[in-house]
Amino acid sequence: MTDPVPLAAFRFGHGLPLPAGAPTDPEAMLAQLAGPDPGLALFPGPTPAEVQAQFARSMEARLVARKTPRKSPERKAYNGVLREVEDQLELFLRLQIARGLDSPDGLRERLVRFWADHFSALPRLRDQRAILVSRIDHAIRPHVTGRFADLLMAVELHPGLLLGLDQVASVGPNSPAGQRKGQGLNENLAREMIELHTMGVGAGYRQDDVRQLAELLTGLDVTIAEGAVFVPRKAEPGSETVLGQIYGPEGLGPIRAVMTDLARRPETARHLARKLVVHFLSDTPDEALVARMAEAYLAADTALLPMIRVLLNAPAAWEPSLQKARQPFDFMVAALRGLGVDGAAVLRMGGKPFRRMIREPMQLMGQDWENPRGPDGWPEAASAWITPQGLAARITWAMEVPGRLIEAGAMPEPAAFAARVLGDMAGQGDLALWAARSESPREGLGLVLASPAFNRR
Amino acid sequence: MRDLNRRMFLRGGAAAVLGCSAAASPWLTTVTLAGGVPAFGERRLVVVILRGAMDGLDALRPVGDPMLARLRPKLSSAGGPGLPLDGFYALHPALAGLAPLWSAQELAFAQAVSTPYRDKRSHFDGQDILEAGTGLDVPQPEVRDGWLNRMLQVVPGLQSETAYAIGREAMPLLAGSAGVRSWVPEQRLNLSPQARLLLERVYHEDELFRDAALEAMELAEELNAEDLRAAQDMAAMDPETMAPEMPAPPPRAGRRLADIDRLADFAADRLRGESRIAAFSLSGWDTHRRQDTTLGPSLSGLERLILQLRAGLGPVWGQTVVLCMTEFGRTAAENGSQGTDHGTGGTMVMAGGALRGGQVFGTWPGLEEAALYDRRDLMPTSDVRAWAAWAMRGLFGLERGVLENAVFPGLQMGADPRILR
Repeated sequence: MTDPVPLAAFRFGHGLPLPAGAPTDPEAMLAQLAGPDPGLALFPGPTPAEVQAQFARSMEARLVARKTPRKSPERKAYNGVLREVEDQLELFLRLQIARGLDSPDGLRERLVRFWADHFSALPRLRDQRAILVSRIDHAIRPHVTGRFADLLMAVELHPGLLLGLDQVASVGPNSPAGQRKGQGLNENLAREMIELHTMGVGAGYRQDDVRQLAELLTGLDVTIAEGAVFVPRKAEPGSETVLGQIYGPEGLGPIRAVMTDLARRPETARHLARKLVVHFLSDTPDEALVARMAEAYLAADTALLPMIRVLLNAPAAWEPSLQKARQPFDFMVAALRGLGVDGAAVLRMGGKPFRRMIREPMQLMGQDWENPRGPDGWPEAASAWITPQGLAARITWAMEVPGRLIEAGAMPEPAAFAARVLGDMAGQGDLALWAARSESPREGLGLVLASPAFNRR
Repeated sequence: MRDLNRRMFLRGGAAAVLGCSAAASPWLTTVTLAGGVPAFGERRLVVVILRGAMDGLDALRPVGDPMLARLRPKLSSAGGPGLPLDGFYALHPALAGLAPLWSAQELAFAQAVSTPYRDKRSHFDGQDILEAGTGLDVPQPEVRDGWLNRMLQVVPGLQSETAYAIGREAMPLLAGSAGVRSWVPEQRLNLSPQARLLLERVYHEDELFRDAALEAMELAEELNAEDLRAAQDMAAMDPETMAPEMPAPPPRAGRRLADIDRLADFAADRLRGESRIAAFSLSGWDTHRRQDTTLGPSLSGLERLILQLRAGLGPVWGQTVVLCMTEFGRTAAENGSQGTDHGTGGTMVMAGGALRGGQVFGTWPGLEEAALYDRRDLMPTSDVRAWAAWAMRGLFGLERGVLENAVFPGLQMGADPRILR
């Protein structure tokens, strides 16, 4: 019988050694998820008002600088404000790493990452980068253990997503604003809502449903002063029919109603369940497990924990062979944890060391933080991450960075380090032997961190 | 339903559709009945995305059009008159180093080209559509793969080394279901012999890690050997031949060119070996202000890239086509801050020994106000995708039907412009 502790840490957390108080069996993990968010309590971040204010400062400075010559004081001021936006963005990354390192609720942290990826979008302007990433703390985190319908609404109505998925550019063609300016629909948010966020690609909807949903969503907008707002004069008048249901007239009520209905669709249940199994267990998921999770979700009116309960209690969840690869973010958190770097240290780190040792290496490993190629997020397949480039970057990090992070003389002995970060995972014994043969503790540590045993999950 | 089928086709890629029975797909017949079998063979294709909208009217100045000097009183002769090519066009002075290629018919341009993207002139959307390779009938967010990847999906014989996306920048035109390598040329993997040996042991049982590590180590070893060779060359260089009249470039420019050399050398190395396709980006083209000082360095970088590729490819340069494309052109007139703003029609730069070069392809629309698009931009007279399509048809033997439906859905390639030798 394999010890469940390392499996819980690898498959549903951020690796070993587990923080004090971390649960390791399904019921305890679920009980912790049902309680408050310990990661957020340890490291609270910027509030929505602070992020909105920074976004407003940036957009205002942009407008002022726009028509001024090069090197004008206005442009300099704008560049200064943009740097503050970048700093805020980087603070969110540090906070995510810090919570990943120290929170005893590793599964919650992993779920936050999962849903952040599920609701991906790309900023159109550098000014928007921090407000877009703030959706994770302000729209996703509060709902990862609640109902998907609430999660969906919180995210789709978040200013970052309204900007990133072009909803701000969508105007009802027959609305007063549309008539006056000759502007029209932008279907992006409507399409991603159906295709990526709820039902899934090709799941029994038609182009006309996307278009009708886009008409229904008109009026959702973002202002510099207030953030997300509903602007009636941009809203397409009348009712719309989405998937056979009539919604209307214009307003937030029908928009919320359509999202609730989308969340309750069986196609949505299957799409979400499948993605969860693929993310946590295997790129080739067990369809029976997917079906059971989807049933649990529908029976609980889109509550997410019943679905997680089925996942955690599936025999496949405790099957010792690991089929996935840690994504670069997870690699980084697990490696830092293994090296004894805690969240406070990550927050204290200077800007340059943080970028050189953490942020840029993640980019070289293939995961430029919060910058996936498209709104469909990061790839899942292990082969998408363990590429020559991606693995070379992991090996280089493993061999070179730990020596800079750990104080001289405090470098652990390689075999003990292998036991510390791998527990009794398969291959740990052999790896400890190989690591002991390294020329130096630095290389021994590197070998452990670069090994398949450490990089799979 | 037609709509959905089209989207599935784009999504899953041509290969996926060919593999299943998507009978409703309107162009499947064209694809399956295509006669010749395409192949990668010995030909090489390099695609460079010039991010930020290169000003084609400055890179390739239509000095024979009397309107040019009137629309661009300062820019049309900034840095000098440029290098006359054919009486009508002159090369920007910063590209003058490409003159030998022009004479050897290894350099060509397509003037007044554009993607189907119009009017909004956003870099983001413009690059999206350039790399997706679609028309406007397919909303961009739906297209998750790029045209160069779709080409890889339909040519048999794809190997893991066939195509490379190079550099830190994401290359959406190569994204998709066909396997593509990526590498950042700055990546090094300095391992002690013992560390390497132990890593090989540790990876031995896991095929995914073993294969990736083996390739990474081989790549890194080659790159290390080159670094060493370059250092030795530098040390052995006769000081007399180091062109003493050339002032040393300022450090910033030096770094930029060194980055470009690394990019070009890595691409050339791969392409001399098993690779046939390479793609990467050059940025620095968004010249809204003081274009007389901002465009030159970017063009020098482009010149350096082409020369370095030519030198590095050596014997296989004759089998190679380099296509440099940008998301759109810039305004016909210079603006109030001696720059240019986002426009429409632009210029494609082509180089390579496989090219029938020494000419400017495309139809010149003229610069009179009535001839301009929206009375402000160069009017596009051809689709930038058509030139890429003809290049791929010539290089790899893809059928027209495949190019017009699977690689560039909705494209009309038009008559063969015979751009290859």
